[in-house]
Amino acid sequence: MRWPQFFYNSMIEIKNIHKGFGDKTVIEDVSAVLETGKCNLIIGASGSGKTVLMKCIVGLFEPDNGEIMYDEANFTTMSAEERKQTRQQIGMLFQGSALFDSMTVEQNVMFPLDMFTNLTGKQKHEKADEVLARVNLTGSNKKYPAEISGGMKKRVGIARAIVLNPKFLFCDEPNSGLDPKTSLVIDKLIKEITIEYGMTTVVNTHDMNSVMEIGDNIIFMHQGRKEWEGTNKDIIFSKNEELNKFIFASDFLRDAKDMRMLEAKGKISDNRNMDELLK
Amino acid sequence: MNFFTHLGRFLLMIKGMFSKPENHRMYWKELMHQCNEIGIRSVGIVVIISIFLGAVTAVQTAYQLISPLIAKTVIAVIVRDNIILELAPTLICVVLAGVVGSRIASELGNMRTSEQIDALEIMGINTKAYLIMPKILAALIVVPCLVVLAAVLGIWGGKIAGELSGILPADIYNEGLLEDFIPYNVFFALSKTYTYAFIISSVPAYYGYHVQGGALEIGRASTTSVIVSCILILLADYALAAILL
Repeated sequence: MRWPQFFYNSMIEIKNIHKGFGDKTVIEDVSAVLETGKCNLIIGASGSGKTVLMKCIVGLFEPDNGEIMYDEANFTTMSAEERKQTRQQIGMLFQGSALFDSMTVEQNVMFPLDMFTNLTGKQKHEKADEVLARVNLTGSNKKYPAEISGGMKKRVGIARAIVLNPKFLFCDEPNSGLDPKTSLVIDKLIKEITIEYGMTTVVNTHDMNSVMEIGDNIIFMHQGRKEWEGTNKDIIFSKNEELNKFIFASDFLRDAKDMRMLEAKGKISDNRNMDELLK
Repeated sequence: MNFFTHLGRFLLMIKGMFSKPENHRMYWKELMHQCNEIGIRSVGIVVIISIFLGAVTAVQTAYQLISPLIAKTVIAVIVRDNIILELAPTLICVVLAGVVGSRIASELGNMRTSEQIDALEIMGINTKAYLIMPKILAALIVVPCLVVLAAVLGIWGGKIAGELSGILPADIYNEGLLEDFIPYNVFFALSKTYTYAFIISSVPAYYGYHVQGGALEIGRASTTSVIVSCILILLADYALAAILL
């Protein structure tokens, strides 16, 4: 049994992050607070720096400047050993799932348990079964990554990420390569486990369904800078030009937004269901 | 990137391998897995190559030494010394650089491009220690065994070839094998073997670990690692011969 969410205080704070490669600045002065129990989304067009930002937060890239605080501990100045300890509280779902090809689904999920716990074989199997059931993958234990679909791989990736009950969950493009229906399943799963495990979840995406579905806190990146921050409810009415260009990229969505705005102002009197239209 | 950049990154990689294992049992399991991959899986090719090496050396030496003034036992002496000093360690390791080296480079390259290495890093695992160290240790354990096997089979191959072609009877060959044997040669061969084992495991690991890009880059890294390993083996061969003989 897990304690209710308010017992957890696993916040991430990023302060004035800069990152460049050679002469090219990719991240410029980004600050944000990624809150506990919420799905924090980093969105932006390709090349806007969102993946680099996420990699800086998890320590795969070293920021040139700035600080990253995990529960008020400065991750950027930690020793290698302290970082190891912090990283054991992090789970991450990668864009391509990053499952170990030579291992079965169950072995993939059990890998962190094998490496970091002293559980018996039976206990590890039980724990793996538990998390696989949580992501609706009961019965797939003995399959290899090559034998399962993209959506299932993502769910195995989530199961592996949460098997050690991490405080922080990072998802890099969780819906890339998935159909809209499967994407929704993955989104809902991420949302549910964020609340259930009381985690701080950070999702890197440019999938608009995800933004509207699970975006408790949204950071919009544009040309390496934080351009806008808000919730999925704010995004419809945002006047930020770059954000609108990104979110409402198609004519259809732009029209839908205009109608939604008009509806909100009471200027549309018919019974068209705008929520449905927007979806 | 220039030579010194590669050298610096290589040395940093080697330095980064030395850290306390997160879980000794898992590291041991990985070491055994690599011993199997590098050692057992290479036995077949080593057996075939070494028997034929010995056989060809015996036949060609006999062809060059047709003289009533030279004892036939000399053929066995030359085969033995050639096999122990050069052919078993150097040629077998050049072959292993292709077989094992390309496998190591492509395995790590694939893990890098599919973010599996990043996944391990995020879990808090020292990937250099967990992925590279067992490969190098396994090579240092099994490659000398393979070279000893190759030497034995090479000498035996020479005997079989001599007998089958009627060049050299087995008893004369055996007599020649015991003639003027210098045990230091075995020490020299093993010194070379340990050096080569380090080269054929660490160089491909370096190229595979640092792959950037996709399938094309993995292929390039694999090819480059084999070429560089072979060149380094030949350089080390000359250097060790100059120093130790």
